[in-house]
Formats: sequence, C-alpha cells, structure tokens
Amino acid sequence: MPDQPLLDVRDLRVSFRTRQGTVTAVDGLSFSVAPGEILGVVGESGSGKSVSMLAVLRLLTNPNVTVSGEVLFRGRDLLTLPDREMRSVRGREIAMVFQDPMTALTPVYTVGWQIAEQIRAHEPVSRREAHARAVQLLSDVGIPDAASRVNAYPHEFSGGMRQRAVIAMALSCGPSLLIADEPTTALDVTVQAQILDLMRQLNEGGSAVVLITHDMGVISQIADRVLVMYGGRAAEEGPRRAVFHGPRHPYTWGLLDSVPRVDGPRLRRLPTIAGVPVTPGSLPEGCAFAPRCRLRHERCEERPPLSVGDGDAAHRDACWLPSGGRAALRLTTRTATGKDTDTEVAS
Amino acid sequence: MLSFALKRFASALLVMFAISVLVFLIFFATPGVDPAARIAGRNADPATLAQVRHSFGLDRPMPVRYLLMMRHLLIDRDLESFVNRGSRVIPQILQATPVTLSLVVGAALIWMVAGVVMGTAAATLRGRAADPLIMLVGVVGVSLPAYWLGEVVNLVTQKQLHSSVFSWVPPPGYVGIGRDPGQWALHMLFPWLTLALLYAGIYARLLRGEVVTALNEDYVRTARAKGLSERRILLRHALRCSLIPIVSLFGLDFGALVGGAALLTEVVFGLPGIGKLTYDALQNLDLPVIMGTVLYAAFFVVLANALVDILYARLDPRARHA
Amino acid sequence: MTAAQPSSTAEARRSPGPWRTAAADLSRNRSALAAAVVLLIVVTASLCAPLYAAHIAHTDPFQSHVSGTTVVGGKTVPVLTPSSTGLGLGVTPIGPTWDPAHYFLGADNQGRDVMARLLYGGRTSLFIGFTAAVLTCLVGTAVGVVAGYAGGVVDSVISRVLDVVWAFPVYLLAICLSVVLLTNGLHLGPLTVDAGSLWLPVTIIAAIYVPYIARPLRGQVLVLRNKEFIHAAVGSGAPTPRILRREVLPNVLPTTIVFVPLMTALAMLTESALSFLSVGVQPPDASWGTIIEDGLGLLYTRPAVTIAPGLLIALTTAALNVLGDGVRDALDPGARLRGGV
Repeated sequence: MPDQPLLDVRDLRVSFRTRQGTVTAVDGLSFSVAPGEILGVVGESGSGKSVSMLAVLRLLTNPNVTVSGEVLFRGRDLLTLPDREMRSVRGREIAMVFQDPMTALTPVYTVGWQIAEQIRAHEPVSRREAHARAVQLLSDVGIPDAASRVNAYPHEFSGGMRQRAVIAMALSCGPSLLIADEPTTALDVTVQAQILDLMRQLNEGGSAVVLITHDMGVISQIADRVLVMYGGRAAEEGPRRAVFHGPRHPYTWGLLDSVPRVDGPRLRRLPTIAGVPVTPGSLPEGCAFAPRCRLRHERCEERPPLSVGDGDAAHRDACWLPSGGRAALRLTTRTATGKDTDTEVAS
Repeated sequence: MLSFALKRFASALLVMFAISVLVFLIFFATPGVDPAARIAGRNADPATLAQVRHSFGLDRPMPVRYLLMMRHLLIDRDLESFVNRGSRVIPQILQATPVTLSLVVGAALIWMVAGVVMGTAAATLRGRAADPLIMLVGVVGVSLPAYWLGEVVNLVTQKQLHSSVFSWVPPPGYVGIGRDPGQWALHMLFPWLTLALLYAGIYARLLRGEVVTALNEDYVRTARAKGLSERRILLRHALRCSLIPIVSLFGLDFGALVGGAALLTEVVFGLPGIGKLTYDALQNLDLPVIMGTVLYAAFFVVLANALVDILYARLDPRARHA
Repeated sequence: MTAAQPSSTAEARRSPGPWRTAAADLSRNRSALAAAVVLLIVVTASLCAPLYAAHIAHTDPFQSHVSGTTVVGGKTVPVLTPSSTGLGLGVTPIGPTWDPAHYFLGADNQGRDVMARLLYGGRTSLFIGFTAAVLTCLVGTAVGVVAGYAGGVVDSVISRVLDVVWAFPVYLLAICLSVVLLTNGLHLGPLTVDAGSLWLPVTIIAAIYVPYIARPLRGQVLVLRNKEFIHAAVGSGAPTPRILRREVLPNVLPTTIVFVPLMTALAMLTESALSFLSVGVQPPDASWGTIIEDGLGLLYTRPAVTIAPGLLIALTTAALNVLGDGVRDALDPGARLRGGV
C-alpha cells in the first residue's frame, strides 16, 4: 500500500435522531483508499456502507443526522470544510454514482444538459464546449450515436444507458476518486459486466474507485482491496486475494460460503448466515456479529478492535478468536451450517 | 399528433354541448320554474302569461326551443335578453370580458408570484419557525370567504381608514384601462389583492409539498454530488420539477375565473364583469343571458384544459410521447 | 410466520395497525390538536345556542324587536334608532355592548341579538357543511370505486359525466341549481326536498362536489386494480362485491377520510357564499352566510354584524383545513416514507 492515502477516514460515526431515540448507522468506521486503487466495500443491507459514503461527501442533509470523525481527502478534513470548498470537491475531485439510475437524473432536462451543467459548475468553459465534451463523454462510456443521444431525456434511455450517462457525468471533471454505490444492482447481468468494465477502464485512467456492493462476485472480479462491513463497523479489511483465500472473520466466511459455486458440489440448500442482520437501532455493545456467530464466547461482549492477524500486515479483522488456525475453525462452522434453520437468507 | 388534436377538439365540443344541454334542462325542464312568470311580473293574469310565453317562444317544444336559442346565440348572434328587451347577449358579454380579464390577470400574476415565493421559502425553511408561519398564512387564505374578505376590505378602505391611510382608494367600480390606465390600476388594486390572497395560500401549500418531495428525490442528491450550489439545486432542479403540477392547476383555476368564477369578488367590488352579469341574469331567470355566459364559461374552462395539456408537454418531457 | 408461534421476534416486533399508528401520529401533531380543540369549542357553543338565547340573552333571535329596548350601563335604550345619517331610510341598531345579557354583539336591523343568531347560524352552517361533506364523500367514493373498478363503458360514461360537472365553475353550478330549486323545491323520484329546507343546500353542495372526490378515487382504484393482491383475489374466484369490500375499500378508505374535514371546510364556504347571495339558507333559518348578508346594509355603521360571522367561518374552516392536513399526514403512508436520509 502506498504511504500517502488519497482518502483516509478515521473513526467515522453517523447517527440519526429518530422517534425511537438515537440510532447509530456507522459506528467508528476507519478505512483508507490509496490513489489509483479499487476498494470494494461489501456488507448486507443496513450495514452502513452507503451511509458512510454519503457521509464522506457530506450528502446526508437530513437535519436529524450527526456525523463525527475525520474524513481526510488529500490531507484536508472534508467534514470541516466550508460549504463552498466542499462543493468544489464534490463532482470535481470526488464523484459519486448511485444505485438506481432510473431516478438519479432530473427528468426534465436532457442528459447532455445535465452533464454540461456539471462541467460548467467546475470549469470556466462555454456552453458549446461543455456540450461537445458531453458528447465525447457519452461516446467514451459506450453510448452509440452519442451526438444525437446527448439531446435525449433520461426517460428515453434504458436503465443501463442511464447508468452509463450517470457515470459519464461522474467522469466529466476527471475526479481522482469515484464512489460507486451499488452501480450494477439495478441492472441486468449482461449490462452489469459492461458497467464493471467501465469502472476498470476508469481505474486504469488513474482514478481510485470505491465500489459499494453486496455482491461478492463483483468484488472478486474487480477490487484491489476489500472492506467487509457489518453493523456499521469494519469486520475485515485486506487485499482481495488475502480476504478471498484466507478470510478471517466469521461473518466473511458466511458471506463467501453463501455464494454458490459453479465448480462446487450441488447443494440441496444454499448455506446461509443464521439469524437476522442487526439493525442500526439494536447494535450490541460488543461484537456486532456475536448474536449470529457460532463461535461466540464471553470475550465477544467486548468490542473487538480491528487488528492484524498472523499473516499479511494489510489484512486486518475485528474478532476475538485466536489469530492462528482460523481456516480450521471455519471448517467446523461449515459442517454445521447445513443443519441450520432457514429463518433468514443473508447476503 | 393531428388525430390527438382532433380528438381533443371533439371532446371539448362535446363537453360544451353537454353543459349547454344541462343548463337548458335545469332552467326549462325543472317543474315550477317559469321564466314567463318572471317576465310578466307577479300576479299576471293567464292571458298575459300566455302572450308572454308565445312572444318569447316559450310555448314551442323543448328541443326546438333549445335549437332556436343556440342558433340565435351562435349563428345569428342576435339572442336577446328576456328581461331587458332589445339588449343583446353577445355585446353584453363582450362588454363584461375586459373587466373580468383585468381582474383575473392581475390577481393571477400576484398569486402566482406570491405562491411560488411562499411555497419555496416554506419548503427550504422546513423545520424552522418560518415554515409553519408561512403555511398558516396559506391556511388563512384558503379559509377566508371571498365575499366577506372583499366587504372587510371595503369597510377598511372606504370607511374606517378612508380619512387617513386609504384616502387614495377610489370608490368601488371599474374604469377601463383604455380610458385611464392609472385609475384602472387604482380601482383594480384591492380586488386583485383580495382575489390573489384566496389563491396564493393554496398554491403556496401545494408547492411546498411538491418541493419538499422533490428535495428528497434521488436526482437532487445527484445534483448535490455534482457540486452544484444549493440555490441552483433548489431553483433549477427541485422547483423546476415541482412547478409542473402547479402550472396545470393554474390553467384550470385561471380558465374558471375568466369564465365567471370570480363572481363573488366582482359582486362585492361592483365590477361589471362576466360573473356579475351571470349573477344578475340568474337572479332574474334571464335565460338567454345565462345560456350565453355559461357557454362562455365552459368555453374558457375547456380552452384552459387544452392549454394545460400543451403546456404540460412543454414542461414535462415524459408527457410528450404519452 | 403463523399465529402458532406468537413469541417469535417477528411477532413481537409487529407494528401496531395502520389506524393505531395514524391516531398516534395525529395525537402528536400539535397544530392538528389545536385545530380539533377550536372545532370542539365552535361546535359546543353552537349546540348551546338555545341555552344562550333562553337563559343568558333572554331573547328570541328569530323574532323582530323593532321597538324593543335593552339596558346598557344601567340605562334603558332602544334597540333600534332611526338612522340619522345616510339616506335616512333605515335604522341604526344597537352596537356591541359586550354584555352577554344585553346584546353582546349588538343587534341587526330587525333588532335581533347578533350573538344569539351567530350561535344558531353556527348550527346551520356546521350542519350543512358536515352533512354535505359526508354525503359527497360517500357518493364520490362509491362513484369513483365503481368507475375505477368496472372500467369499460361504465367508466367511460361516469368519467364523461364527471368531466362535464368538473368543467363547470362550481359556484356557478351551485347558484344555477339553487335559483331553480328554490322556486319549487326538489322532486327527484322518491326524493323530495322542500324549497325552504336546509337539505336543499346540503343536496346541492353535496352534488356539485362529487367529482372532487370521485375523480381522485377513480384514479386510485385504477392503480389498485392492477396490483397483485387484487389479481390474486380475482384469480381465487372471490365475488366482485367481496373484492370491493375486502380489498378495494380498505385501501381507499384513508383517502376518503382525509377528504371529510377538507370537504367540510369547502362545503361551509360554499354554503356561506350561496347564503350571502340569498340563494342558500332561507329565512327564518339563519346561517353565518345569511348573517353576513343581513349585515351588509349596516357594514359602515355596525360592522360587527358582518365581521363576526365571517371571522367564525374563517376560524372554523381554517381549523378544518389544519385538522385535515394532520389527518392526511397521519394516514397517507406515502408521506411517511419521505424525509428519511
């Protein structure tokens, strides 16, 4: 890992004031993104992955939200930046792509207008020039006949094309970091692959990417590093190979085991993670995963720190189990999984 | 597109025809309603009544009466009032039109500007003290009886404060814009404000809801992620989308008001507009005038509907292909 | 989850029913509560009108007291004095005395106690407003549900009729109907309403606003009809009346209920406008609208006669609108989902 991270998030906390009291969605999350790398963030719905990324860009505008911690981007804390400077970071240095392309574009303006709007918000270029760049960007993301499609309205685009348009918009100012929040979830499988390709191309162009997904398959294809989140905290973090080949946290085991394998034995029932995912309102004091963990013990009442295990220094996890012999422990849980009830399907 | 326009036109004609028949039936087919008795005066003897009936064509079969009336109204354009013999309906309507237009156009400008400003302000100030305050003003506007507000305005400007603050307010009435634009505006000012107050509240409340919804939409989050200013997000994205339903409501309200729905305001402020004309005709069962004004009203309502459809397509690209 | 395991987590976490949630929301809405209190006061005061007239004001508000006298500050004064200003044809009634026993708000030009008439007028206005609103909502819901669910020719015919009524400026239609029906009452099949009866304005107002309810409900039912649970009910062979009762009505009922207070406000305003134009409530009955009309001739000398009923109309309709908004916020689940992140 290069020594100077592009984005360094430290002890990020996001809580919502609700009628039922304060609810913590992100609970002391720390992670970093190096220039030019792809960080895959995985976790179930409600694990705080989207909320934490929205917090990074200060897009949580609800007055009932409190965000604390530090979000250092190129050494500047985004959380304390004046609004004006924050605006020049958004869209120009950090761009974001959201899950649902159907609703992400303003319905009453043409796609080209909306791309040009972003360019003109950050760069002193003429309308004509911005329009020409919008055409170029659309054709770069693989929209056929971009010169005429640039004048189409969002509803005239298919879902995949809209997501391309949103990505084109995100790329328009050459951001050094792209945060993509489940960019492929709402799309057909064939389109998913194309969008992932686009991310990879973009990454080859030098941008770092944070890719949020709940799809381990997507992560395994594209990520350099992986951050596994559970209950608003980091459960495990490390290089992709290390996480996929030597996962350390019982939650990661569950995630990996629940992915069906083409080459594996044919299972009558897919393994699942027993229990119900924690909700932000009911985070336990100790390890968030403990209520669902087959290997929980007294120590789990206490919150485990994210610590380096026995191998790679970049591979860390938050679990009280002894750092050695995790692979063997994993096998014991796996045999037990099949007997479990199917109350809840995870991942 | 052409067939759509034709269909639209045909259905508009059908609605107008239906309204004319409906009104005709209300006044001619309701037992006990006898225009002849009104014309002949109280306690007229049967012979006079019969004569009146005959001379007004009220003894002919109903469909014939309807067709004759429509022919005189629309083709010969010489339909005459029952009550004021010799006074034709169409010139009366034409004379009343500029009065109503003066009232409605001025008021519409005021209430649209006030409604949009208030609604947007309330939506952006959500959660702060100003929001419920603005919305309270909105509720008050919706809840005031129009005619009563007019009377209170008259009371204040003509009597209570006439010798001090409002000495410049002319007595209620109408001065043509062609005769004296200054006096015209002076005479219209309070009618404008009164009528506008009733609508500004509704529009502000409606727009507030739309803007609040829009501000929670994904596209606003995208706009924010693009690095746009809050002002631009509000005006160019959220407000722009929120105006679509407001504009269609505006078209309908405007059409109805031009067609005579401002009747109460006109009566209270002594403005001889379409509403006043209709009201006077109704009081006297002056059927030809009622028929004329009602069809006139229906025409504007139908026209407004059509314009709203066109405007809607201009404002909302999603509606263009539907 | 079956009922056999009531102790499971899902069961324990089950939310209270939608009506309970809505009631809880409404009881937390301070402005809606304030509006409800205002309404309660207005309604109670109006209901107490006979008590006020008989035991406090000691007057019959429906009798002229042209030569009556009353006591102000210990002195006996006439209720009406011949008007000294203006055209000299009329009388100037006594102004507000602020003494509930002696013409609290003064008298009108027939020497009748304005305060007592206001309370009686409130009964009339509230009765007409509420009855007309409930009638409109019932008929409008029925029409909308039938049109939306039946579709086809039935829908086309109903929709066209609604369009025609909708296209007509609503006050004009109300005045047309009132002018005509006031001459001879309404005779429609078995339905007979006398010309002077309060049910005449109720019927007219209820009729003209039917499209206001029926059109939105028809739209809602059209959406519902394409929902899976309706398809499932149809597919399982349930008879249409049962689908309407068990599946469709419960889903449109919240909308109907939201419309009741808003519609009551609208109906009260319409009633007062008709009465003001003397084609609404007919003497000897009084409503807030007729009292405003009574006060017109006295506007510049005794403005209280006009101002008081207008303020009451405004207060009541404003309270109804605020309450209606509260009910809508509480019952409309769409509104609840918003305002999250």
